Amino acid sequence: MKVLVPVKRVLDYNVKPRVKADGTGVDLANVKMSMNPFDEIAVEEAIRLKDKGVTEIVVVSIGEPKAQETIRTALAMGADRGILVTSDTKVEPLGVAKILAKIVEEEQPSLVILGKQAIDDDNNQTGQMLAGLLGWGQGTFASKVELTADGVTVTREVDGGLETDAFPLPAIVTTDLRLNEPRYASLPNIMKAKSKPLAQKTAADYGVDVTPRLTTLKVVEPGKRQAGVKVADVDELVMKLHAMGIAK
Amino acid sequence: MKTLVWVEHDGKSVKDATLAAVTAASKLGEVHLLVAGQGVDGVAQAAAKIAGVGKVHVADDAAYAHALAENVAPLVVALMADHDAFVAPSTTTGKNVAPRVAALLDVMQISDILSVESEDTFTRPIYAGNAIATVRTSDAKKVITVRGTAFDKAATEGGSGTIEAVASQGDTGKSRFVDAEIAANARPELTSAKIIVSGGRALQSGENFHALIEPLADKLGAGVGASRAAVDAGYVPNDYQVGQTGKIVAPEVYIAVGISGAIQHLAGMKDSKVIVAINKDEDAPIFQVADVGLVGDLFKVVPELTEKL
Repeated sequence: MKVLVPVKRVLDYNVKPRVKADGTGVDLANVKMSMNPFDEIAVEEAIRLKDKGVTEIVVVSIGEPKAQETIRTALAMGADRGILVTSDTKVEPLGVAKILAKIVEEEQPSLVILGKQAIDDDNNQTGQMLAGLLGWGQGTFASKVELTADGVTVTREVDGGLETDAFPLPAIVTTDLRLNEPRYASLPNIMKAKSKPLAQKTAADYGVDVTPRLTTLKVVEPGKRQAGVKVADVDELVMKLHAMGIAK
Repeated sequence: MKTLVWVEHDGKSVKDATLAAVTAASKLGEVHLLVAGQGVDGVAQAAAKIAGVGKVHVADDAAYAHALAENVAPLVVALMADHDAFVAPSTTTGKNVAPRVAALLDVMQISDILSVESEDTFTRPIYAGNAIATVRTSDAKKVITVRGTAFDKAATEGGSGTIEAVASQGDTGKSRFVDAEIAANARPELTSAKIIVSGGRALQSGENFHALIEPLADKLGAGVGASRAAVDAGYVPNDYQVGQTGKIVAPEVYIAVGISGAIQHLAGMKDSKVIVAINKDEDAPIFQVADVGLVGDLFKVVPELTEKL
């Protein structure tokens, strides 16, 4: 059984984003980029399923040519081959989902595992959109994934607790933080990943119109909080809280 | 513009997140509601009383009992023939359903909006709330999710919506509900609590979390939250998590105990009116956003605080 794992190259989660002075976006020049943390979890989950019936893991990234590094990282973790789809324009989740739907048509995976959201745009859409386009079931916000005889059972992190749903295959899974702890790629595996196959495509190859539907008019920094005060002890803290009208 | 709002409910009552979505939708025009579920008469009656609501579409069918996206999305799409926008609260259900609807309508969703600037222009947070983007959509139909803490809640009385039954679209067979483990929690719900006491990794164990954080919260009538570190370490269940990937809260007072203040945690609480931080590391980033900070050992400070309040 084949698993497809889309991965995204994003600003490293430890880097504090800087908004450009001209308000056009966030400054991504000369900052550390990494694989979106939720996508690492998706790659890891696909690898863990290898003992349980998964025979091939194909990793896809859509974006600039440098996204190739992100695919190599996934290959070094244990994925088998990669597909890089480059695009001159920024591709929105709807466009990404449409390209992925075409790749699914070609590759015929039984399962697509995506991260639940990318930490740059914070959209949380692509997996659900892809499921909608394909007419597949969607196990979103997964904290546990189990392959069964006739499908996949997914425990999902929902408001208030956990919900378990079952889906026939093929299906979509999107990963939440607690699904697993991604492995680090070892140096020998990083070297080996360099010779794993990586197909180069462009968005145009798939005949998908990726013209953005949303225009970003401006990007600004959020309002800054006023610097606060430090209190010396609990008594002073209690006084402050009382002054604010709490627990009189 | 006719807007269809997804009513988030538990089968008995309308959840607060819906009320914020109604306020956001009312800025776009006429507000209609969709109540989908099984045995939802009571919810529909309550929904019809929400101020400013026109029609309340009710889809009562076993296929909608657990709000599975595979079954609900076709229902919404059918109703969208007669609506210009679909608005859902940014709850896990809203986030699960809305993008599937958007893809079926071939439109780009606008996630987690903070404000409605005009009929086609909205603001939304990106990069864990470290930047606010103003976006304009060119899609004829709009699919939007709404950040609950960014809009006032619509009044739950005063409305006189008309209730109208909607035909079920049936079960797609693409998903099946197995079971749910909903954490029992007698305290105020996190996303609507006025005060939140939140604990982090520094508590060192679940026992300490229960022994220190919960009495303080109970004394204040507060909701209890946690950082990702505390959840990952198993001190409390995942639905306690406040942050970029957990719940977004904006209470009047947020008391962060033993939480360093990573970007991802701040993303979930930095719009709180007052932030109080208790941490033994005086350089912890949480102090940069805290209105009131106390540098000290939480194992000494928190019991003393609970006692003196």
